[in-house]
Amino acid sequence: MPIPPPAAGNPLVSAWAPPDPIEAVLDNGLKVLAHEVRTAPLVSVWCWYRVGSKDEPPGFTGASHWVEHMNFKGTAGIPAGEFKERIDRFGGFWNGYTWIDQTTYVETATRDALDAMLFLEAERMDRCLYDAEACEAERTVIISELQGGENDPEQLLDVEVTATAFKAHPYRHPTIGWLGDLHAMTRDDLYGHYRRHYTPGNATLVIVGDVDAAEACRAAERRFGPIAAGTPPPPVRATEPEQTGARELEIVREGATAYLKVACHAPGVTDPDFAAMLVLDAALTGAKGLNLWSSFRGPAPQRRARLYRALVDGGHAAAVSGAFVPTAHPFLFMISLTASAGTPVGDLRERVLAELDDVRANGLSPEDTERAKRQLRTRLVLENDSITNVAHQIGFFETVAGPGVLAGLPGRIAAVNPDDVARVASLRLAPANRTVGVFRPA
Amino acid sequence: MTGRGAGPAPVRVEFDNGLTLLVQENRTQPAVSISVAVSAGAAADPPGGEGAAWLLSRLLDRGAGGRSAGEVADLLDLCGVSPAVGVTRHTTTVACDCLAEDVDAVLGLVCDMVRAPACSDGEVRLRRGQLVTRLRQDEDRPATRAVEAAMALLYGDAHPYGRRPRGSVDTVAAIDAGRLRDFHAAHFAPARTTVVLVGAIAAPAAEAAVARATDEWRGGGRAAEPRPAPPPPAARRRRMIPMPAKAQVDIAYGFTAVPRSDPAFHACRIMNLVLGEYGIGGRLGRSIRERQGMAYYAGSAFEASPIAGPLLVRAGVAAGNVDRAIASIDHEVDRFARDGVTAGELADAKRYLVGSLPRSLETNAGIARFLQNCEQFDLGLDYDRRVPELVRSVTAGQVAEAARRTLASDRAAIAVAGPCEAE
Repeated sequence: MPIPPPAAGNPLVSAWAPPDPIEAVLDNGLKVLAHEVRTAPLVSVWCWYRVGSKDEPPGFTGASHWVEHMNFKGTAGIPAGEFKERIDRFGGFWNGYTWIDQTTYVETATRDALDAMLFLEAERMDRCLYDAEACEAERTVIISELQGGENDPEQLLDVEVTATAFKAHPYRHPTIGWLGDLHAMTRDDLYGHYRRHYTPGNATLVIVGDVDAAEACRAAERRFGPIAAGTPPPPVRATEPEQTGARELEIVREGATAYLKVACHAPGVTDPDFAAMLVLDAALTGAKGLNLWSSFRGPAPQRRARLYRALVDGGHAAAVSGAFVPTAHPFLFMISLTASAGTPVGDLRERVLAELDDVRANGLSPEDTERAKRQLRTRLVLENDSITNVAHQIGFFETVAGPGVLAGLPGRIAAVNPDDVARVASLRLAPANRTVGVFRPA
Repeated sequence: MTGRGAGPAPVRVEFDNGLTLLVQENRTQPAVSISVAVSAGAAADPPGGEGAAWLLSRLLDRGAGGRSAGEVADLLDLCGVSPAVGVTRHTTTVACDCLAEDVDAVLGLVCDMVRAPACSDGEVRLRRGQLVTRLRQDEDRPATRAVEAAMALLYGDAHPYGRRPRGSVDTVAAIDAGRLRDFHAAHFAPARTTVVLVGAIAAPAAEAAVARATDEWRGGGRAAEPRPAPPPPAARRRRMIPMPAKAQVDIAYGFTAVPRSDPAFHACRIMNLVLGEYGIGGRLGRSIRERQGMAYYAGSAFEASPIAGPLLVRAGVAAGNVDRAIASIDHEVDRFARDGVTAGELADAKRYLVGSLPRSLETNAGIARFLQNCEQFDLGLDYDRRVPELVRSVTAGQVAEAARRTLASDRAAIAVAGPCEAE
């Protein structure tokens, strides 16, 4: 096989150079990170807010995601209906997403669109309208989105397992919110949430592409400088108490296929164990990398992954996947399995738990550990293959983890050894740290 | 390609065995995108053997070119590579990205996967079981059920476009290793294969590597001409698929449009963009989602195809809104056929299509997809330079004519799946 072995001692002799953007902090507190990448005549602008579903109190779940929707519906300076067209006119791409820690908006377009993108994001930060009729119309859109998700048994199970795994931390509720809260939400609730969290000091603006970085920062200041600083929202104080025993749940509904999920409480991105957990996930289910925006859209290299070999190659599962994502607070390592036709889901449950117990008891082989690290080395290159992806990574890590964390990760991953993985597996895969959920077709 | 700042223009090589290679050197990353496409897809499934192309695609990386399934897995996982194997009605494509340092090994393996998959009895049994699970999942998804039913209404159950692309549990159960090997021998040939390499690799090195990997591959001819689409139906048809346990209804509402080679193709693209894509779902999205708040998604898609491909409107709505949503689609479809496109919509659509070209050519994988598309539809290697003018030259009259030819609510094929009543 004409593949050289990993470089001795450090398999992450980096094929990927972390970006090194220039930084400017405006007087109102907005941090601007600008980075030149001259590979295409394009610019990507991302505006990040430190608000996600974890920042929602009980009764107001889904507010962050609904606010994201409303922030496409016109501002004092952009009539409703023109928001997306302003970027489409440049052939641009636009989107936004909300998750547990963050809300973000993106435009990628030709470089002549830069000022239009900055204007749009500045408007979005400060001057969205929240027309009462538009809020009401969006209620059914969002409930439709929730119900579309419920059509998928796997998504339904994911929501229930997550809610069971957490007792105290707001990571327990789904980003889209609970149906009752969505019915009760008012226009003023949404506008209040927007005003509390969409302030310059709670945001990071990222500009990457075919631009002069210093000039891009000045262009950002012209658009965002006049926005008042506002008051920083209070941080989330809740912490999840240590889980004291295994948790189980079962959903029985009409369906064609059985699904199984195992969720283990897992370290946040700044935890010293994060890199070892990342390697453990890669060894069990294949390396996804670190880019929430791109890497989860394609299959992971997993043919030699421990759970794939045991369960998919063994004919017990049609598919297995793992999700371990960088998060601000400790979240979950989620293993998802689709039972093969004819495999009782109880049998699949026993098999996956036996595999996890074996890894807990015996750790991983050095070969499995090195393969996982090598896969992660490759993913770090491939997941930064466009200015949109590079900009996402700069903003994501700044928002969720803080300065310097992204650049340090290749080294942290390289430093992981089999003993680290064994220790983390023993701790994190323990029965008392697990929630097991089953979807059983009626 | 003109969309990139770096690298020379693509190089096209045709080998003695008929295989085509396209190379675009681009050294912005230490990586290479590999795409190998064979003109053999679900349309080639034999009657009664529906699902053969799809099942074969699941077998390509399960042993190939004398390597066992385990050896293939070892190589792929060591390189951190996960090939995406896609099957359309006319093409099977294996695509992956790898580090430049691994390109020789990965390219050789991907070519072996296409040229000489093992299709061992044991692997066929395993992957057939996974496909059966996938088919059962499809049967449980309202969106999939609605789209498949709409395609059957448009093209007829016996036409390759009207059949389920992954077959059924019954047809897949009857496909064994022998039938898969026969299917491969009949449809996978070098003259039907295009290899595209984009990234940190020079054309001479790419040519030498592909020659090493495929030199011994011989036999087969070009793919047969596809079966034409049936004439557009004379009447509206509607099929309801009750799935009472589901939370939401999916609607698929469609027409047949034009082949990729039709002079009206770009007018149809603009028509579809205005109807159901621009902004957040074009006119349909503005009506159904933005103004009426009925759906999380509402829009349309137009598929480039060697025959008259489908233009499908899709929406997900609450059960109580089905009739209102379909009435809204009827209204927008008929309005478009009657009034055509406004000058502002036409200008916006053209700016979007021209302006989005650099974005589609931003990554190695994007360039590889673009080049495969150029080869499949014989568009030429200068297509990226020609397409802006092709788009800009479309007139409002041509879009209106495309709409009159394509859109008519009284000829629509409509499928509804979810918590709805049977017809």
